[in-house]
Amino acid sequence: MQIIKPDVNIDFVGRRVLAYIVSAILILITIVSLIFHGGPKYGIDFAGGAELLIQFDQPLPIEEVKAAMNALQLEAVVQKYGEEAEDFYRVLIPAAVAEQENLAQTLKEGLAAQTQRQVTLESFEMVGPQVGRDLREKALLAMFFALLFIAVYISGRFELKWLLSAAVAGALAFSVYILRLAHLSIPMLMLAAVVVTLVLFYILNLKYAMGAIVALIHDVAITVGFFSIFQKEFTLPIIAALLTIIGYSLNDTIIVFDRIRENLRKYHKLPLAETINRSINETLSRTILTSGTTLIVVLMLFIFGGGIIHDFAFALLVGILVGTYSSIFVASPILLAWQKRK
Amino acid sequence: MKTTSWRPIVVIVVLLAALVYVLPTLQMVLEKKESPTLWPHNKINLGLDLQGGMHLVLQVDTDKAVENTVDRSFDELRAFMRQNDIRVAALKRTDATTFTVVLDEREDADRSKGLIADEFRDFNLEDRTREGQREIVLQLKSDEIERVKKLSFEKAVLKVRNRVDEYGAREPDIRPQGEDRIIVQLPGVIDADKARKEIGRTGNLEFKLVDESNDVRQALSGSVPPGSEIRYYRKDDPDMAGRPILLKKETLLTGDYLSEARVKFDPANGQPYVAIKFNPKGARIFADITEKHIHERLAIVLDNEVYSAPEIQSKITGEGMITGNFTDDSAKSLALVLREAFPTPVKILYEKSVGPSLGEDSIRKGLLSMLIGGVLVVLFMIVYYKGSGVIADAALVLNIILIAGGLAAFNATLTLPGIAGIILTIGMAVDANVLIFERIREELRLGKTARAAVDAGFERATLTIMDANVTTLIAAVVLFQFGSGPVKGFAVTLSLGVVASLFTALIVSRVIFEFLLTKRSIKTLSI
Repeated sequence: MQIIKPDVNIDFVGRRVLAYIVSAILILITIVSLIFHGGPKYGIDFAGGAELLIQFDQPLPIEEVKAAMNALQLEAVVQKYGEEAEDFYRVLIPAAVAEQENLAQTLKEGLAAQTQRQVTLESFEMVGPQVGRDLREKALLAMFFALLFIAVYISGRFELKWLLSAAVAGALAFSVYILRLAHLSIPMLMLAAVVVTLVLFYILNLKYAMGAIVALIHDVAITVGFFSIFQKEFTLPIIAALLTIIGYSLNDTIIVFDRIRENLRKYHKLPLAETINRSINETLSRTILTSGTTLIVVLMLFIFGGGIIHDFAFALLVGILVGTYSSIFVASPILLAWQKRK
Repeated sequence: MKTTSWRPIVVIVVLLAALVYVLPTLQMVLEKKESPTLWPHNKINLGLDLQGGMHLVLQVDTDKAVENTVDRSFDELRAFMRQNDIRVAALKRTDATTFTVVLDEREDADRSKGLIADEFRDFNLEDRTREGQREIVLQLKSDEIERVKKLSFEKAVLKVRNRVDEYGAREPDIRPQGEDRIIVQLPGVIDADKARKEIGRTGNLEFKLVDESNDVRQALSGSVPPGSEIRYYRKDDPDMAGRPILLKKETLLTGDYLSEARVKFDPANGQPYVAIKFNPKGARIFADITEKHIHERLAIVLDNEVYSAPEIQSKITGEGMITGNFTDDSAKSLALVLREAFPTPVKILYEKSVGPSLGEDSIRKGLLSMLIGGVLVVLFMIVYYKGSGVIADAALVLNIILIAGGLAAFNATLTLPGIAGIILTIGMAVDANVLIFERIREELRLGKTARAAVDAGFERATLTIMDANVTTLIAAVVLFQFGSGPVKGFAVTLSLGVVASLFTALIVSRVIFEFLLTKRSIKTLSI
C-alpha cells in the first residue's frame, strides 16, 4: 500500500510565502493571547498553591460545592473534573492560603459538614512558594540546556564545525548567565536566550542550525499559544511535553536536512529550491507515516488516558501536528532564504 | 555484504536478558505479591501517582537552631557576668548571631574581655568605644554556626526517620537533600492526615508527675481517674519496656526550657546518669516544681513515651539529675533524645498525596490507551508494508519487552507520564523501520534485487536514524537531569524507548531480513 506516490512532486517551496503567513498569524495569536491573559497560566507546580481532587459519595451540583467552599471562607476555584459520571471535583487553593496547617483535613471535614455528604480526598498536592520558585528555575534550565545541546549537535553535525558550535554554546551560556544576574523574569530569560542563539547562528553563518532552531521555536511557541488560548495550565509534565516536542520536531527536520545534503551532492547542478523541494517530496511518505502512527497513539492517550494525562496528551498532539508542518514548510525554506541573502 | 553471524546472537542474548529482568515483576503482578521471589529480584516500582502514597519535601529551620544556641549563650553570659562581678551597663541582642555588652565605665575592659573570651570560645570578640562607652561585641563564629546548623539538620532527619517508622508505610524512603531539606516518600496506602501531623511536629519533651494515689491496673481496666492518663515506658527500656504508668495530665515543664543534657557518672557508684540544665526561666520553674513535689516521682515523657520516672530527692537549682536504670548506652541515648527535643521547627514545603483508587484508575486508563494505540499501529504497519510490516511489528513487540526489561534492570519507578512516554515510544518506534523500508522501496524501484535493496536500505538509513534519534535522546537526558518525580519517570522511559527502538530497527529487523533472504532464499520482498 502507498499513500504517497513515489513520483510525487508537490511544490512545497513555492508555497512557502503562504506558509509563512499562516505561521505568522499563529504566532501573532499566541502573542496576543499571552498578553491578553497576562502571561502563561501557571499551574500550582510553578505558582505555588494547593490542588485537591475530591469525590462525593452522591452526585452534587457544582454550585453546591462552590457554596460550601465559600462558607469555609477559602477563596478557591472549583472545577468539574473527569467524566460526567464520576463525581470528581478539582479544587484549587491560591498560594496565599495554601500553606496553613492541616489544610487538607480542614477542607475535607469542612466540605463534609457543609454538604452533608461523604467526602473522599482522592489526591492532595501543596506547593510552597519556595518550591515553586525552584521548579520554575529548574524548568527554565532544562529548556535552556536542551536548546544549547541541540544547537551544538546540529551545527556540529550538519556544518561540520564542532569547534565553532562549542564556541556558540559557550557564548550562549555566558550571555544567559549575565542576564540572570540582571534578574530577568523567566519567560524573558527564555526569550533572550533564544534571540542570542539566533543572532549567533546568523553571524556565524550556520544555516542548518538556524533552520532547525527556528522551526523548533516555532513549534513550541504555537503549542504554548494553544495552551494560552484554551487557558490550560502549565505544569511540570507540560514542560516535559514541550521538551519532547522539541526532540520530535527536530527528528522530522533532521530527516529532511539529511536528504537535502545527500541530494546536494547528487544533483549539484540543480537550483537549490528544486533540490530542497525534491528532498521534501522524497521523505514525504516517511514524514506522514511516522507522524501518523505517533498521532494515533497520542490521540488514544488523549481520548482514553484519563483526566490527569489529558493536558499532557493535548500538548503532544498539537506539538506533533505543528512539528510535522514546520519541518516541511518552515525549516527547509530558511535554507533557501539564506541562499538568496548571498 | 556477507552474512554476519554476530547479530542473531546479540539479539537472542538481549531478548533473554530482558525477559529475565521482566519475569520477577510479572510474577509480582500475577501472584499479587509484595515483592518478587524470582532471581534477579529486580522489579519495576510504581510511582506514587500510580500506587498511591505520599511525597513530602520538608524544610528544617536550621536558623532557628542557631538562634536557640545564641539565646542560651545570652542567658549564660548574663549569669557569667554576675558570677564574675563584671559591671555591665547594658546587654543587647543585636541580631540573630551577635550580642553586645556595654561595660560600666568603672570596668577594666581588657580584664573582662579576657574572662569572656576564655569562657565563650565559640564567639569572636571585638571591643570598641561607642559614645564614650566601651563595648564588647560577641559574634558566633561562622564554623560554629555551620556546626549547629548541620547538627540540627541531622537531628531533624533522625527524628523524621523515627516518626515515619510508625505509619506502616511499606518502604519509606527518607533522604536529606541539600543543607536543610528532607524528602520523604511513603508509598502505598497511608493515613495522610496522621502522617502530616506527626512528621511536622517537633520533638515533644514533657515533664509530668506520676499519679501515685491511683492504681494503674484499675486505670487499664477502664476507670482512668480524671486528670490522669495512661502512658507506657519506652520500648527499648531493658526492664520496664512497654509497661504502663499512670501520669498526671498536667505538663509542668517542656523541653523548650532545656539548655543542655549530658551523660555523667556518679562518683559514688560509677553509675551513669543524665545531667540536665535549663535556661534561666526553665531553671526557676524546675526549682519550683522540685520544691513543691519533693519525694514524688517526676516522669520524663518524650513523644508520649516514658523514659524514666525518678523520685525528686531535693529541690534542684541549676543542674538536675535524671537517674534510672541506665547502662552507658541507654544514658547516652537518653541524653541524645533530650537534646533532640530542643525544638527545630520543620515546615512542609511540598506535599503530594494520592489515594490508592485514583492510582489504580490511572494505571487502567494508561494501559488501555497503550493497548489500543499499539494494536492500531501494528495493524497499520501490516496494511501498509504487508510482510515487512510483520517484521516491523515483531521489532515493536520486542521494543516494549526491552523497555520493560530496562525499567526492571534499573529498578526504575514507573509513573503516569512514564506510561505516556512508553506510548509515545510505540508511535515513534516504527519510525526507524519506516525509514529503512522507504529506502528499500526506493532501491527496489531503481531495479535492484531484493538482496541488494535490503543491504542498501539498511546501509543508507542507519546514519539518518542515528541523527534523528540523538536529538530526542538529548531532550530526554536533559529532562532526566532537571526533572523531578513524574517528569523523571517520563525521561527514563523515553530514553529507554529511543535506545530500544534503535536496537530493534537496526539489529533485530536486519536479522529477520537476513534470515528470510539467506535461509529461505526469498527472491521477492513483500514490502
